[in-house]
Amino acid sequence: MGKLYERLMKDYRIKEGLNACINCGTCTAICPAAEFYKYDPRQIVDTVQSQDDAEIEKLLKSDTIWYCGECMSCVTRCPRKNAPGLVVMALRSLSIDMGYFMESEKGRQQYVVSKDLCGNILNYGYCVYPRTFKYATHQEAGKVWKWEEEHMDDVYERLNANLDGEGPGAVRKIPQKDLDEIKKIFDITGGTDRVNAVKAAAEKRAKELGLTEEEYFNKIYTECNGAHLNH
Amino acid sequence: MIYEGKQKIWSDYQKEIPDDHYFYVRSCIRQTFFPASEWAFLDITRNKLNKNIFETEHHTTCGGIAYHSDAIPQETVMTIIARQFALMHKYGYENYVCSCITSFGLYCETLESWREFPDLQNKIAENLKKATGLDFAKPKFLVHASDLMYKYKNLIAAQAKFKLVDKNTGKPLRVVEHIGCHYSKMFPSKGVGGAEYPYVLAGMIEAWGGEVVDYPERRHCCGFGFRQYFVQSNRGYSLANTHKKFESMEPYKPDMIITNCPGCPYFMDRWQYVIAETQGKTYGQNGHGIPVFTYEEVAGLVLGYNPWDLGLQTHQVGPEPVLDKMGIHYDPAKKYLGKNGKNIGKPDFVECIK
Repeated sequence: MGKLYERLMKDYRIKEGLNACINCGTCTAICPAAEFYKYDPRQIVDTVQSQDDAEIEKLLKSDTIWYCGECMSCVTRCPRKNAPGLVVMALRSLSIDMGYFMESEKGRQQYVVSKDLCGNILNYGYCVYPRTFKYATHQEAGKVWKWEEEHMDDVYERLNANLDGEGPGAVRKIPQKDLDEIKKIFDITGGTDRVNAVKAAAEKRAKELGLTEEEYFNKIYTECNGAHLNH
Repeated sequence: MIYEGKQKIWSDYQKEIPDDHYFYVRSCIRQTFFPASEWAFLDITRNKLNKNIFETEHHTTCGGIAYHSDAIPQETVMTIIARQFALMHKYGYENYVCSCITSFGLYCETLESWREFPDLQNKIAENLKKATGLDFAKPKFLVHASDLMYKYKNLIAAQAKFKLVDKNTGKPLRVVEHIGCHYSKMFPSKGVGGAEYPYVLAGMIEAWGGEVVDYPERRHCCGFGFRQYFVQSNRGYSLANTHKKFESMEPYKPDMIITNCPGCPYFMDRWQYVIAETQGKTYGQNGHGIPVFTYEEVAGLVLGYNPWDLGLQTHQVGPEPVLDKMGIHYDPAKKYLGKNGKNIGKPDFVECIK
């Protein structure tokens, strides 16, 4: 039993999500990601339960663990009550903790989700916030969203929201005291450490590539090498 | 399956839903893309049904989207959740109703983990005290907002101004119901009807006069996938999953889709637009898409709310074919007006889909 496996076993999601897997492949059959990507959750769970640290390290450095959409459809179908989706979440956490996420194209994308989502949480108290959800980078949101963005205050007022307003209501301004509490939660539970670790790794890579932070962000936001898909 | 067997499965997945007195928490995605749906939920429950649904401005995100994008650790999200529960307790409530399906699934997972690992629960309670000074508490009852609407479906039917019926033919509208994955795929016993035969939306459709459409990919994910949508280069994943669902439902000719997850109606609405723009294909009749609704919007339409008060003008796929069939009167000239009739422009014309 290796050190990586030992660390994985301490994760509550592995404790809950991994009993003895019988390798039936039901999870792969139901998995939306397995249809789209070169992805096989059966194989991932098998590698973890092999306890082979060298294989687990390869997995942690690969694109593979980042293909899952965490829909958890696998959980419903597993005849042994395993949760491959939870196993993947534990692998992703360890990959970030070890710095291995920087070894794969999909892993490096963590900087995008960390910056965007944690930025929204710490600044506004929400994972998604209308003023930072831009049509320019989300054109699939349609012409209707473009219109909403251009007339945001008027549209949200029409829809009985309370955009950036005091008191309760949709997309209200969350009081600073409450945002301070969320920040403190981040600080004492490892949230801030994770944000900082992902940011430091991204800045180091950007410097190595001779890119500004913005250029690096745009690169990992749009880059796709074409080898991921399950053609 | 023999009828008695199905009845037994169904009886295993009944869920106790208290009638009243709830602490309400919003959804990051629902309030961003469908704020009028959350308004309608509160207006219907408070003002039409006289229920006590309390909201405080001090609650925040549960952190679920960041957690499922692996941007924050489990301990962080659990402590944010503990803070939400502690606020419920502080304001004197023990029934908790959330607008978000991601939140609902995560609350179920968190409560189960705390039950199974008391040391973990103690750690989170310590974190909570240290960060906020609040006392740890857990809800007596946890429900999703669609559970409550399911509970009230007959009360709403009793006040109905319109039904999910085609006024021209007298036939029920054919309705696809789409359940958010995290509603019951992880913890089937926590959802009305479980994961295999979820009844939370089907019950509303039947109570309000519609006919539920069954189709092969009925339980397939809409394709949100968290990081698979938020990172632009991954979005093909999201589109491909929605595409798969629409190809599967197309032969059954649904009139409309109703969803209970905040993200699903956004994706099923917007990816129809993208498919029309890139492939020239539409799934409704005569160049229309299939209109996608939240359950709050449908409840509002049944009760006779103005479609533009419900925010149907913020859908990319026009709702008009369904409004026409239901016999709902609306003024097209007022569709994009602001409050008090203010002119706030309108979206650019889209040729590929109506």
